Amino acid sequence: MAEFKLRLRRYDPESGEPPYWDKHTVELDPHRSVLDGILEAKDSQDGTIGIRCSCRQGICGSCGVRINGKPGLACNTHLDEALARGDGQEIVVEPMGNMPVIKDLIVDMDAVHWRKIQSVTPWLLPREPVPEREYLVAREAMVDVTQSMACIQCGACVSDCLAMEVDPLFTGPAALAKAYRFVGDPRDSEHYERLRYVAEDPHGMYTCTHCFKCVDACPKDVNPMGQIMRLRRIAGTDFEIEDRNNGFRHEHAFVKNIHRNGLLHEADLLPDSYGGKFDPRALPELLSSIPIVIKGVLRGKITPTKALLHPHKASKDVRAIFERIEGEPARYELNLYVTGTDDPPLQGAGDADSGAATEGAKR
Amino acid sequence: MPEHDVLIIGAGLAGQRAALAAAQSGVSVAIMSKVHPVRSHSVAAAGGINAAISVSDDWRSHAYDTVKGSDYLGDQDAIEAMCREAPGEVMHLEHIGVTFHRNDAGELDLRAFGGASINRTAYVADITGQAILHVLYEQLMRNASTVARYEEWFVTSLLIDDGGSCTGVVARHIRSGAMETFAAKSVILASGGAGQCFKPTTNALICTADGLAQALRAGAPLMDMEMIQYHPTTLLENGLLITEGARGEGAHLLNKDGERFMSKAAPNKMELASRDVVSRAEQIEINEGRGVGPDGQGVYLDITVVPRKRTLEALREIVNIGRDFAGVDITREPIIIRPGQHYIMGGVKTDIQGQTPIAGLYAAGEVACVSVHGGNRLGANSLLDTLIFGRRAGEDAAERARSTPMPACSDAQLRNDERMIAEIMARPRKGRRISELKNELGTTMNRYCAVFREADGLQSAYGTVKRLQEEAQNAYIDDRGTVFNQDVLGAIELGYMLETAEAIVLSAIDRKESRGAQFRTDFPERNDAEWLKHINVALGEDGSPEISYSPVTITQWRPEERTY
Repeated sequence: MAEFKLRLRRYDPESGEPPYWDKHTVELDPHRSVLDGILEAKDSQDGTIGIRCSCRQGICGSCGVRINGKPGLACNTHLDEALARGDGQEIVVEPMGNMPVIKDLIVDMDAVHWRKIQSVTPWLLPREPVPEREYLVAREAMVDVTQSMACIQCGACVSDCLAMEVDPLFTGPAALAKAYRFVGDPRDSEHYERLRYVAEDPHGMYTCTHCFKCVDACPKDVNPMGQIMRLRRIAGTDFEIEDRNNGFRHEHAFVKNIHRNGLLHEADLLPDSYGGKFDPRALPELLSSIPIVIKGVLRGKITPTKALLHPHKASKDVRAIFERIEGEPARYELNLYVTGTDDPPLQGAGDADSGAATEGAKR
Repeated sequence: MPEHDVLIIGAGLAGQRAALAAAQSGVSVAIMSKVHPVRSHSVAAAGGINAAISVSDDWRSHAYDTVKGSDYLGDQDAIEAMCREAPGEVMHLEHIGVTFHRNDAGELDLRAFGGASINRTAYVADITGQAILHVLYEQLMRNASTVARYEEWFVTSLLIDDGGSCTGVVARHIRSGAMETFAAKSVILASGGAGQCFKPTTNALICTADGLAQALRAGAPLMDMEMIQYHPTTLLENGLLITEGARGEGAHLLNKDGERFMSKAAPNKMELASRDVVSRAEQIEINEGRGVGPDGQGVYLDITVVPRKRTLEALREIVNIGRDFAGVDITREPIIIRPGQHYIMGGVKTDIQGQTPIAGLYAAGEVACVSVHGGNRLGANSLLDTLIFGRRAGEDAAERARSTPMPACSDAQLRNDERMIAEIMARPRKGRRISELKNELGTTMNRYCAVFREADGLQSAYGTVKRLQEEAQNAYIDDRGTVFNQDVLGAIELGYMLETAEAIVLSAIDRKESRGAQFRTDFPERNDAEWLKHINVALGEDGSPEISYSPVTITQWRPEERTY
């Protein structure tokens, strides 16, 4: 048993007063959860503390909060771990961000989270004809969508989404992961329409800035940003849907560039990202980059010969990597449910372990 | 006053399935829950759902396993209906989007589960309940124009008219504190179990026996209430559930000497015997000093014998639970578990269509007792129960609504309930807190009404429950606000739990034999001659619970000795 100081962000909508900080000290085993700490305070000191909670085991998704600055579930964050995350003195618990606060740690998920979920047509549009028995689909495909199915709708990723802070209309990580759950489901008949919808929406999948906040926040390893990137790849590669931010061509320009040069050749990257030196879209981009190039030369960061001629060429080893990856019959996707974890395999645990860290989900 | 043809209380699997089924038949439907639907406790069901879908399986085999699992207390007509309809229901779930795990041929994969004579459990990793619940909620969103949703509304009373029919409910909007009367031609209770009457329990904090007590107060009988399932594998530390899927995948149970002790109690099925059998075997190891952990209060569950990749893929949730709640990597070391309260086989007595003896009132899921589980529920039969009887109740309730006029409800009960809430809030802050009483109830029930029971302990539990009922009249709360006043809801829930706990204890005292989950050390044998019957508890004229009996329906399986 140890003593823990909880600092709770409180708000009583009926008081007419602004939010305030409230302190409680609880005595609990350090391995108990922050939720246990809050409930201890609520049960024995102050019954007015408001927090949604139910299962206590990280599956119902009710108790999303911010603990010492990091969003997550109060029920699967240990007291000692929470303490170590902060200044070592107090455990600060606040309501999640990006959503209006109703009372204390309770936020209005309907107003934000669930509205966004609704926007992605969150139900299966089954392929016809519906079979008498089950749809026959690849084992890997079902395990793959199970990763996004594992989302418990807790809102932790929405809470700290930086893109949503800037653009509150952004569909957001949870809803886009939900969209992938159908795009990745071979039983769904509307993959193209779904992708076009999230691609053409100016607040859709291209609004994600790739900041990893949602990956970090997710208590269930759903990897929302990873699902967004997969939506983008499928849209660009399999359905040739135009990327409104040019990111898809930029990514391809990168890959092509490294394949050819081994090291990045900056002077080629920009025009290639816009369809090549002679593409009319590349010209204004090239012109607008001239001042930056001049600055770079003047400050000695680049020399004209190096910048234009780029003597480096891809080595045999680099080319071998490309050959290996491109020789794969299916695209390589990283999925925790399929790959296991990246822990080293246990000594002597048998054949079942080998390849656990390298096998990927394939589509 | 909102009016709906069919009003469903509770939005777990039974409630959502009922809502979708009722909506299918074209009546106006509403579903109400004290939490957002995806927070319902069905979300925690891990292992899977049973159905005889394999070509080498037959629903009769599933039914026989269920009858045997129930220790012959289950009603066989209901069990037959459930098992016969199971494959169709699982296919329906698959068609609307549940991401069931596949075998290499792309068909549904089936895993082994306790008490089953063949691999019969369809699953989604170990988040089957979550996957099904979320897919049903997808369908509710899809049907938003035909199914009204009242999310975060707390029911305070069922409305019963002068003719004894159920005509609606009174509920409190948790967010605003507003009270409202809802009129309905049919009301379906699908509000889940009573796990919070026990401490520890695998059940969520919301499982507070609401529907059981509401039905009891409305005059409905509760049946098989003595049958409380203790799950064999709950974390020693805090009672969290470790899915039976772990044993289905091959995990072993070991005592402190490293012995697979199940060889004594179930030499054939070993770890995959019925839950009552496994829990008793564990408790014997613990009681006889062969336990492990602090005070020897647990036994080992060794999952390291399951290939690691398989564990990471198919038992991912318990890998997380082991890591987050016990600090153990279950792929590398055994975890310490013990039997823990998990499920109530009993509930509001219904027929095979989910109808209770009160006209217009239905029940489905854990709150109900059809009875398909009898003395002991098989793992992965609860999801099935919720879906089959949720659908049946939804269809029948819709059918009834078509030939019933919309009842005229008064606000009399609403005013009563408003007064009741005002009275709780006005109590002076002296005496005991609601949370203390709840704590005492839970530890008492877990001590005397657990795996092994005997007359003195049960009498002592009865005395405690009666005293707590008195004390609850004056126990106080802190919150006097209207917005999200969880404190006052806690006080009402405690009332629900205490009345339900009384029914549990009374039934356990009454059944003087050992059958299924009820093991009386003072009556250690099953006694078919006297006790092959259901115990019913209903409130008598004076408002106190009275016991009566009803026969067990037997169609084709006569009781025989039960070995695994």
